[in-house]
Amino acid sequence: MATSTPASIPVVQGAPARTRKQWLDWIRRFSLHLVLIAGSLLFLLPFIWAVSTSLKPESDVFTFPPQFIPDTPKWENYPDALTAIPFGRYALNTIFLAGMRITGNILSCSLVAFAFARLRWKGRDVVFFLVLATMMIPEEVTLIPQYIIYSKIGWVNTYLPLIVPNFLAGAAFYVFLLRQFFMTIPRELDEAARVDGASFFQVYWRIVMPLSAPALVTVGIFTFQNSWNAFFGPLIYLQDRSLYTVSLGLSLFQEQYYTRWTLLMAASVSIMIPTLLVFFLLQRRFIEGVTFTGLKG
Amino acid sequence: MAATITQQQQVPVSRWQLRENTAGWLFVLPWIAGFICFTGGPILAALVISFTQWDVVNDPVWIGFDNYRRMLDDPQALQSLKVTTLYTVVSVPLHLFFAYVLAVLLNNKLFGIGLYRTIFYLPSILPVAAVAVIWRWVLSPQYGVFNYLLSLIGIDGPSWLASPTWALPALILMSLFQLGGAMIIFLAGLQGVPRDLYEAAMVDGAGWWRKQWNVTLPMMTPYILFQVIIGFVTTLQVFVQPYLMTEGGPKDATLFFLLYVYRNAFQFFSMGYASALSWVLFLYVVILTLLILRSSRTWVYYAGNEGR
Repeated sequence: MATSTPASIPVVQGAPARTRKQWLDWIRRFSLHLVLIAGSLLFLLPFIWAVSTSLKPESDVFTFPPQFIPDTPKWENYPDALTAIPFGRYALNTIFLAGMRITGNILSCSLVAFAFARLRWKGRDVVFFLVLATMMIPEEVTLIPQYIIYSKIGWVNTYLPLIVPNFLAGAAFYVFLLRQFFMTIPRELDEAARVDGASFFQVYWRIVMPLSAPALVTVGIFTFQNSWNAFFGPLIYLQDRSLYTVSLGLSLFQEQYYTRWTLLMAASVSIMIPTLLVFFLLQRRFIEGVTFTGLKG
Repeated sequence: MAATITQQQQVPVSRWQLRENTAGWLFVLPWIAGFICFTGGPILAALVISFTQWDVVNDPVWIGFDNYRRMLDDPQALQSLKVTTLYTVVSVPLHLFFAYVLAVLLNNKLFGIGLYRTIFYLPSILPVAAVAVIWRWVLSPQYGVFNYLLSLIGIDGPSWLASPTWALPALILMSLFQLGGAMIIFLAGLQGVPRDLYEAAMVDGAGWWRKQWNVTLPMMTPYILFQVIIGFVTTLQVFVQPYLMTEGGPKDATLFFLLYVYRNAFQFFSMGYASALSWVLFLYVVILTLLILRSSRTWVYYAGNEGR
């Protein structure tokens, strides 16, 4: 990445010059580390603070200057927070929702992406442009009519409004991501299959899909993340508390324990753990996914 | 790039082509159905609803442009437009600036660089609701860690979320911790800048700053454009932070647009007025995006004309 210093060619005569250069390089690295460490600490601070508070007894919270490492960590805050309202139930709900949305996104977005990456048809570019344009549409514009439709057909207070759009390739971003990935699969493969008499659907299902596992996993991860983090949709469509997701649960929890900081922090930290787990287990896929769609089509 | 293969077999092309045409439309059918039901249809429906007075329970009443007229006299509507715009205009450039600088810093071979990248990226993927609750505590005036930090350098921190002056800056500050997504994309862009450009610049005697300014930055402008647009669209839809942290207050200082739409629609059940508001926002986004795209001709540099 930073081989920016080209190999120093004059080896013999430049001995003092080289040490000076090494010094400069050393200083550069050192100051870079300093800046990055300071930045990292700043970025971690809110979370260190949250974890620290979540392990304190209530009495130690309101002290100044704050104490970062509690004398005796009070682990009970976690079970206390997580049982004060049924977070286990909410977690299961959210996982179910995420599972459905992942299935929907992977099936429908890949189908649509295949049409854009692999098939030549009249109107393709116009439709593709439309797909991309929907990414720019703010959620609230479609919100009210959608809500009205769902309420008329009795879908409000069910998971359907949060799932069905995903089965109809509602997430343009993933269509784009998969299309970009499909473009990298050699076309000769499907042409060979076509010659052997495979239908377009068979090409999609038997050739392109199996070769796209990495991209599909990426879509899965992002969808999981989005579902786990989703707030607005669940807030509007889910009324029964038994249907709540973790984020809504946290909101409810905050309403009831507005300044019980130890419990609030314990609950918040707990909600982050699945996200962190998914991230650390699948870190590479994550980064690849983000960078893959970084730009143009 | 697609055109090359088509020309090869001329004979059975038309039937072949017809079948591929049909297949193409069949494959995008799910999207088209979704688009009609969940995007295109609702946008038009919202426009129609915006000319009515409707509480969902009773029949809608056609009132023409009254909802739009009402907006002009509604201080809260204007306030929410102001808050959202202010937030967007301040936070997007700051966001991109810091994301870019961080990406440049992180684009170095350095011990532990992977860890640094992870640390800066992570906050942007954590659940917003949890982050919002945590930041309420971070920004707590008396016992929060942020004012403690400020006190270390002799600053008496304000009461942030409780202060009409400081609540919005607090949310902007908080948003800067979520710059991971943009940072990663910039980082990928930086790694894609062709090495020979730097070598050429070096031959011309350009120093570090000059290379940054004359080589890196121009090569990065397509990425920056993309992030500017994504940034604007996302910040115009901020909801969770004001909902969970300030409830739009104090004194409507953080009354974001979407929060106001939400209140009108789901607390006051005036669907007509809420639709009118959302249409205004829609036009706002469209106009802004077009303006940015137009301006991009003057500042975005595409290496070669063949992007991909």
